[in-house]
Amino acid sequence: MGADTAVYAEGLQKRYKSHHALRGVDLSVAAGSVLGVLGPNGAGKTTTVRVLSTLLTPDAGHATVAGYDVVRQSKEVRRRIGLAGQYAAVDELLTGRENLVLLGRLLRQGRRGARQRAAELLTRFELEDAADRPVGTYSGGMRRRLDLATCIIARPPVLFLDEPTTGLDPTSRTVLWKVVRELVDEGITVLLTTQYLEEADQLADQIVVIDTGRVIAAGTPAELKRAVGTDHLQVAVARPGQLATALSAVAPLTGAEPVVDTAAQRLTVQLDAGLESVAALADALRAAGVEVTDFEVRRPTLDDVFFQLTERNEPETSLS
Amino acid sequence: MSELRVATVPTGGPFAGLADTAALAGRHLLHLRRAPGKFLGIVMNPLILLIAVGYLFRNSISVPGSGNYQEYLMAGVAVQVGLASIGPTAIGVAMDMRGGLVDRFRSLPVSRTAVLVGQTLSDLIVSALGLVIVMMVGLAVGWRPHAGPLSVLAGFALILAFVYAMLWVGVLLGLLLRSPETIDSVGAIVLVAFSFLSNAFFSVQGLPSWIRPLAEWNPVSAVVTSCRTLWGNPVVTGTGFPADHPVLVTAGTLAVLLAVCVPLSLRAYRRA
Repeated sequence: MGADTAVYAEGLQKRYKSHHALRGVDLSVAAGSVLGVLGPNGAGKTTTVRVLSTLLTPDAGHATVAGYDVVRQSKEVRRRIGLAGQYAAVDELLTGRENLVLLGRLLRQGRRGARQRAAELLTRFELEDAADRPVGTYSGGMRRRLDLATCIIARPPVLFLDEPTTGLDPTSRTVLWKVVRELVDEGITVLLTTQYLEEADQLADQIVVIDTGRVIAAGTPAELKRAVGTDHLQVAVARPGQLATALSAVAPLTGAEPVVDTAAQRLTVQLDAGLESVAALADALRAAGVEVTDFEVRRPTLDDVFFQLTERNEPETSLS
Repeated sequence: MSELRVATVPTGGPFAGLADTAALAGRHLLHLRRAPGKFLGIVMNPLILLIAVGYLFRNSISVPGSGNYQEYLMAGVAVQVGLASIGPTAIGVAMDMRGGLVDRFRSLPVSRTAVLVGQTLSDLIVSALGLVIVMMVGLAVGWRPHAGPLSVLAGFALILAFVYAMLWVGVLLGLLLRSPETIDSVGAIVLVAFSFLSNAFFSVQGLPSWIRPLAEWNPVSAVVTSCRTLWGNPVVTGTGFPADHPVLVTAGTLAVLLAVCVPLSLRAYRRA
């Protein structure tokens, strides 16, 4: 672990009475980058965040945030982190401004400093119009924005976002993504958990996939997609009789046996040379006189990665 | 020079804990302005008892050896402010946990004691206001202290000490029970048990003998007896240690309650 590692965890374990929430989680986030922690419900995402943000003591393993041990130097860690939990942790009865000022005062900005910073953040998060209304009247998106604003009052170098966009409409989600990107541009390190693959793809530099308390895959979004498979071309033909013609036309151009779906009148061809093979395949089909109704390049998505990984790790449920 | 984009929260000075506590207490006082329902509950409960027991049952209840039931009753009604404060405090704490605010506060470099102390101190202010209102109504319906102003104030202070101990009972209940529904029912049991197993409304001598020691050592009885003495209101002379040394028993039982509830609450909060 180098000096530019903002978050580091090794062998984190946490056991509750009846279940093992974490069974040895390892991860590392380079300073100024975004790590997406991806996993289904109950995988251990929130427990991981709670350990890293000093809310929970791990049973085994150790972790450092901004260079400080989360157990032995928890107070130092708390001076350097912002945490947005799964629920927007804002006081419903207070106004947006009062929420920010309260937190600012607790973060030792003084009354005046806290008020000034609150005004800045209300502008930045486009909450000025609602600033003096009780938060109870805010929409879900506004609440999340306020929640995120309260996390960055003290400009912490490390930010933990636990499912920041769960339950948000697409517009609010896009706004939140934009804000997170801006924060990263300012040099903040972000660890975010999500169950949305698209979100991890959009925001994360690195991804760890966790399931049943364990890291089951790690890498950049592109690496993970590559691990699942290469790009494919799907070709649908107009007449049933042409399926065989098409097959013999494309077979010499690909290393792997094309998959034939007779019902859909469709061929799936592996693209060995990436997109360069597409032109060659198109030429070959035209030369063979095949009438094509659909011609589509399919790249593996994180969904494919996710389903493939979590299926493989599914506990055996059937006894028969 | 480029703008400093990230920063570390400065460590506060020696009085940072006090400033945090003040800021957090201020939050609860703002709540009171926005949602005064909590205050109504704390005030209405004692007032209803004052009127129901004091007026409706004034002819059915006779306290041996004492004259005016209204004056006997007042101290018993005043401590209800403390018992009625348990539930709202517990629910406040539980709701903060549920909404994630406790997590937020715990992730800040703020003393973890400040959050709970801020809660109890602001609730103490609220309860003190409630107590003043209850005593004013008491005065209006015929209660009169027969003692010097210092003595009357001492009784008031003793009740506030009782209220503060009850607020920590509330904090602990909130942290342990976590659901407002459970808190509601447990709070009601605590309220009824503490007030009826005491000398607040009746004389302890009228209780079945096996339950009498429980009522005699109940902090409510000790506070009520102390206040009656301090206010010059009728006191039913009892026998035994609690009846002879009510102030000592008050101080002792409240100290024990705080010594149990405060550390347990802080522990539960740290692990919440």
